[in-house]
Amino acid sequence: MTTHSHDQGPAENEVTGQPGTFLTRPFAGLGRKVISWVDHMGAATIFLGKACIMIFRPKQIPGIIQQIYYIGAKSITIIMLVGFFTGMVLGLQSYHALVKFGAQGALGTLVALSLVRELGPVLTAIMITARAGSAMTAEIGIQRISEQIDALDTMRIDPLKFLISPRIAAAIISFPLLTALFDLIGILGGFLSGVVLLGVNAGTYFHRVQSSVEMQDVTDGFIKALVFAVIVTTVCCYQGYFTHMRTDSYGAKGVSLSTTSAVVLSCVLILVADYVVTSFLI
Amino acid sequence: METPLIEFKNVTKRFGSRTILDQVNLKIYEGQISTIIGKSGTGKSVLLKHIIGLLSPDEGSVLFRENPIGSLKKSEWDAYRVQISYMFQNNALFDSMTVYDNVALPLQQTMNLSKSEIERRVMARIEQTELTEVAYKYPSELSGGMQKRVALSRALVTDPTIVLFDEPTTGQDPIRKNAILAMIAEYQRKLGFTAILISHEIPDVFFISNRILALYNGKIVFQGTPEELDEFEHPFKDEVIQSLEGFQEELTGLYSQRHFKVRYQADLSRKRRDETYAIALFALEELEAISNVLGHTTAQQIIRAMGAYIDKHFGAVGGFSTRHSINEFVTVLPYSDLDEAGRILEDFAKDFQNQGIWDLESVAQKEADSTECINFTILAGLAQGKPFVEMESIIEFAKFRQEEIARFQCELRR
Repeated sequence: MTTHSHDQGPAENEVTGQPGTFLTRPFAGLGRKVISWVDHMGAATIFLGKACIMIFRPKQIPGIIQQIYYIGAKSITIIMLVGFFTGMVLGLQSYHALVKFGAQGALGTLVALSLVRELGPVLTAIMITARAGSAMTAEIGIQRISEQIDALDTMRIDPLKFLISPRIAAAIISFPLLTALFDLIGILGGFLSGVVLLGVNAGTYFHRVQSSVEMQDVTDGFIKALVFAVIVTTVCCYQGYFTHMRTDSYGAKGVSLSTTSAVVLSCVLILVADYVVTSFLI
Repeated sequence: METPLIEFKNVTKRFGSRTILDQVNLKIYEGQISTIIGKSGTGKSVLLKHIIGLLSPDEGSVLFRENPIGSLKKSEWDAYRVQISYMFQNNALFDSMTVYDNVALPLQQTMNLSKSEIERRVMARIEQTELTEVAYKYPSELSGGMQKRVALSRALVTDPTIVLFDEPTTGQDPIRKNAILAMIAEYQRKLGFTAILISHEIPDVFFISNRILALYNGKIVFQGTPEELDEFEHPFKDEVIQSLEGFQEELTGLYSQRHFKVRYQADLSRKRRDETYAIALFALEELEAISNVLGHTTAQQIIRAMGAYIDKHFGAVGGFSTRHSINEFVTVLPYSDLDEAGRILEDFAKDFQNQGIWDLESVAQKEADSTECINFTILAGLAQGKPFVEMESIIEFAKFRQEEIARFQCELRR
């Protein structure tokens, strides 16, 4: 009888729930999430490492050029448009803030440093995520669910080399160039609103731009652009490449969820990385 | 005893709690066409993916020339993989690339060939698969049949020694299905590769297969020739083969082989032991040459037209027919003795030479380029059947007695 009740103990605990189980259950869920995150981080790091090594394999140049066209050249218009209006609104807001202190002459400094150090790399990366990153995830995701990636495997073509490496290389080349373009057009936007529309002296504006921006600022901006390039392409390609591993959805729905996740995660990581990189560089 | 090229030893594969392959044992021999048949969703594609290494077994091993592929060194694995090509069920074509680029991809990425050599090889395959006119179109601009042929071209462009075909005829019309199967058989003969097919096309696939492997409830329940499958007694036969094999053969509209045999047995059972009947065996010679010159689709159109012509003529005198092999038809004349059958065949031969052959030619002309032409011959042989003699031996005798009954010559083209 005693033995019987002893045997039944654990089963009863499971049904009724012991205080211990009740307390540990939320942590178990959290633990599973953390393990899953660490798992994905590790997988994404290996994914990135392998893809980076493959960049230097033969026959990669045509693929990289093609991806520079898709990620870089085709993003020029949107980057110019966003850069121009960002510069304009920055000029407008800054003018009204500075004029209160009679310091409107410092408009060029404020616009240029804001763009070169922060807004240029961050907004460029976010815009490329929206335009090219989402397309990357969707394209690779569709290739995954339609067995095109398996087909590459069967043809002895490494999918990482063929699909991922050219995109990473192209992003590393395109992001700093597009950031530079964004900065330049933004400064011109600030000129339009500050000088042409609000009457700041043109000479003062450009003099302040030239004297305040140092090479270190430009380099820091480019470093950020490179970090963002790696983050965006890794996240977007990883999400597309492993879209079939999703447990919440399959097929076209899975691709759409992967695309959403890729864009959201990229944007969040861009902002987090911006803070981390800035704290190291400043 | 011949060493198998590929062997599965007690291979088990599970997805979650579902056991897809359960202690599978099978053998694939070099230079043959082996076809895996089974119900949908029973793990045929899973089985195929184990051969190419896209999946690995949970238990058991896959052997290549008696060596487990799981323990091959990298260089050995590469050497193994270079021999294999895979044609996916849904084609898996790159939809952002043209037909040419899709076919060229494995050559461009895995071989050090000059641009001109790649172009030569790709265009040769594209021509062989009748895709020249769409070489620079995108897959989405092509019909399902054409997409299949692009996938076939891509699978064969590297001259593999083992080709895995995952339901290559799915979604095709009967002519195209048979054209694709004929194409696979032709390339297999020409290039000598080992073909492993998954197919539901029963009995069409039997015409081209050396061996059949039946997958049932996660196990291989039969391995052998199509003829041996006839003798195989197992629930698989009732559940799978009979459900897949229709009453009529899709291509020709004639009796399927099984229903032909059922009718034959039924007619035979009504005969006295001394009663005779006749069997005629017809063959279209030069089928391969027709496929080469006019294309596989045209060749299958001609086969279909020939079947219809035979059925029309002999059906009128109580005969019934079936397709015996890729280019042969068997007709049973249950109410005719050999003399009467001879007269009927004579009438048929006259009629065929005067009209039938031109009907076939007009089919060829309509389907293919009108400037192309090929001579072809129809053979026929008669044999007397008796109730206690095996049908196969009567057919063999009819084959032995085959002679030319009609010929199409290009120079006499109307």
